[in-house]
Amino acid sequence: MKSSKFFGITILVVLVIGIQLVTKATETTYYLTQLTMSAYYGLVVIGLSVLMGYAGQISIGHAGFFAIGGYLSAALTTHNLINIETSSVVQFCKSIGITIAGTDLYGEQLLVIAPWAACIVAVLTATVIAFVLGIPVLKLKGHYLAMATLGFGIIIFRVGLASEYFGEADGISEVPGFTLLPAIAGLPALTVSGDFGNRAQNYYIAWGLLIIGMILLLNLIDSRMGRALRAIHGSEEASAAVGVNTASLKLSVFVLSAVYAALAGVFLTHYNGGIGPHEASVMKSVRYVALVAVGGMANLWGVLIMGVTLTFLSLRGVFGSYDDAVFGTILILVMLFAPDGILSIRGKAILTKLKKT
Amino acid sequence: MTIDLFFQYLFAGVTYGIIYAIVAIGFNIIYNTTGIINFAQGEFVMLGGMISISLLPFVPLPVAIALAVLVTMLVGAAIEIIFIRWLDNPSVLRLIIITIALSILIREGSLHIWGESIRSLPYFYGNEISAIAIGSVRISPQVLWVIGVCGIIVLGLSLFFKTAPLGREMRACSANRTAAILCGINTRNMVTFSFMLSAAIGALAGCVMSPITYTQYDSGTPLAIKGFTVAILGGLGNSMGAVAAGILLGILEAFSISVLPLAYQDVIAIAILLIILFVRPHGLFGSSEAAGLKEF
Repeated sequence: MKSSKFFGITILVVLVIGIQLVTKATETTYYLTQLTMSAYYGLVVIGLSVLMGYAGQISIGHAGFFAIGGYLSAALTTHNLINIETSSVVQFCKSIGITIAGTDLYGEQLLVIAPWAACIVAVLTATVIAFVLGIPVLKLKGHYLAMATLGFGIIIFRVGLASEYFGEADGISEVPGFTLLPAIAGLPALTVSGDFGNRAQNYYIAWGLLIIGMILLLNLIDSRMGRALRAIHGSEEASAAVGVNTASLKLSVFVLSAVYAALAGVFLTHYNGGIGPHEASVMKSVRYVALVAVGGMANLWGVLIMGVTLTFLSLRGVFGSYDDAVFGTILILVMLFAPDGILSIRGKAILTKLKKT
Repeated sequence: MTIDLFFQYLFAGVTYGIIYAIVAIGFNIIYNTTGIINFAQGEFVMLGGMISISLLPFVPLPVAIALAVLVTMLVGAAIEIIFIRWLDNPSVLRLIIITIALSILIREGSLHIWGESIRSLPYFYGNEISAIAIGSVRISPQVLWVIGVCGIIVLGLSLFFKTAPLGREMRACSANRTAAILCGINTRNMVTFSFMLSAAIGALAGCVMSPITYTQYDSGTPLAIKGFTVAILGGLGNSMGAVAAGILLGILEAFSISVLPLAYQDVIAIAILLIILFVRPHGLFGSSEAAGLKEF
């Protein structure tokens, strides 16, 4: 078991490096842009996979958590605080050193929150919201759970669309880059941004983050907690009877998946240089659910592969104006004929079935 | 707020509330016979409006509406027969995802057929500016149409479920499926009928409200969410409760405009939905004992 996990990660790392080298050799590095974005969406989807597949709790509101991460980090790092510099909050931020002073394009004074601090604030906010929301929501089951999470997603969407601070229908643009590591000892700085020169670097940042996230989740589902989660999925009553604290476990996984989504939101927003309300829309949430379902719900590798592949194809515009329709069709076909995911279809099993009839 | 303005808000609230109630009743019919929440319910409403608008150039208004209801009914039946009927003991999660996917497909299909333009049926009587004065309050005649049609739907349904043989069989199916099968009722057909009935009611509502609310390819989803809120508020499966809850939500929304910006109007309904789900999942008018026996 342990070795197969190691094997999978190794293959993934080799593939990631291989693809970068191939695109460099064939001068098709433009593919890296969509691959980077797919990796961030992949992060959302594997987090949701643990919640849906392993713990058995549906969420049609994960675009909401993604948007909380993205919007907060975008707003904090973009809105100029110079006019309210004397207020106590801004003074406090300055005193603990989380602000950046500078000048904008027109030479005006600029004072914003540093991206790393904004990232922490954004992810913490998503954590707290997931925690507070999760306590009552996860008591619900089935349709009620689906509707409650859907409702949460719509509230976030509406707030983004209606508040001036989050840019209303236009969203927030010109979000600065996020420097993870400053340039030291001759090594270039590690920055999450959409600059073309940084393409390969960002590709590795995104996939590095995804791989770390994947390793954490693979370890999680192999642990005692992972087994307890699967027990909850099988039967909540039975697992409670054998001593699993179902409520707190479900809540932990819900919060964990929200953190994954928020983190992806933060990074992708810095990479794209902006965020718009469509990132919080119901269709996005449904798309994440679709990707988890296509990958086979309780199958992290399947979800990772299908999630990244389909997102990449969609971002490349392969499906054209039928994008949503394609996702709807895939979702319904998978749910009708292969509820365990596309990768669960075994040619052999189908053949034996056909022979029998 | 003047008295006149108060009544104006009140009437607007009641009109929208009744529309929500019709959508909620559509949810209830399917839920009662199958235990499924059909997330594509709002799309039936949109289809009813869109089809009747498309037919209007060729046939008179009543015929267009009747045909639209008929076509939507067939769509409802087709959905059940193709996507749900043959599933072997499907899990709730699977059914949720299937109906959500269906709503996406219907919406995208409509987008490709009718485009993004906003359409509407003409007013059934008079036009946009004709109004009937009740005391000092002036209301559009279409509002009376909405209220009248909704009243007929609710009355007709309660009569249908009480007296018609088919209605009684559907009720038997919802009360105890196994017992219904033992009595020789074809429960699978009852499920198909419930989809047809709920599609027909949704389509009729879509036609009647079209002059007031307009119809667009994506107007179904917000309606479905409000309808679901109302269905839960009134107690899932309880049609009279749905009417009361619908009017309550409509009035709350109408008056919220005077306090909050319009953009937050949807947030009100959803916040109410969340609070109700957390505090009283059996609804305002449902009994908690009966709810304890159901699977939420």
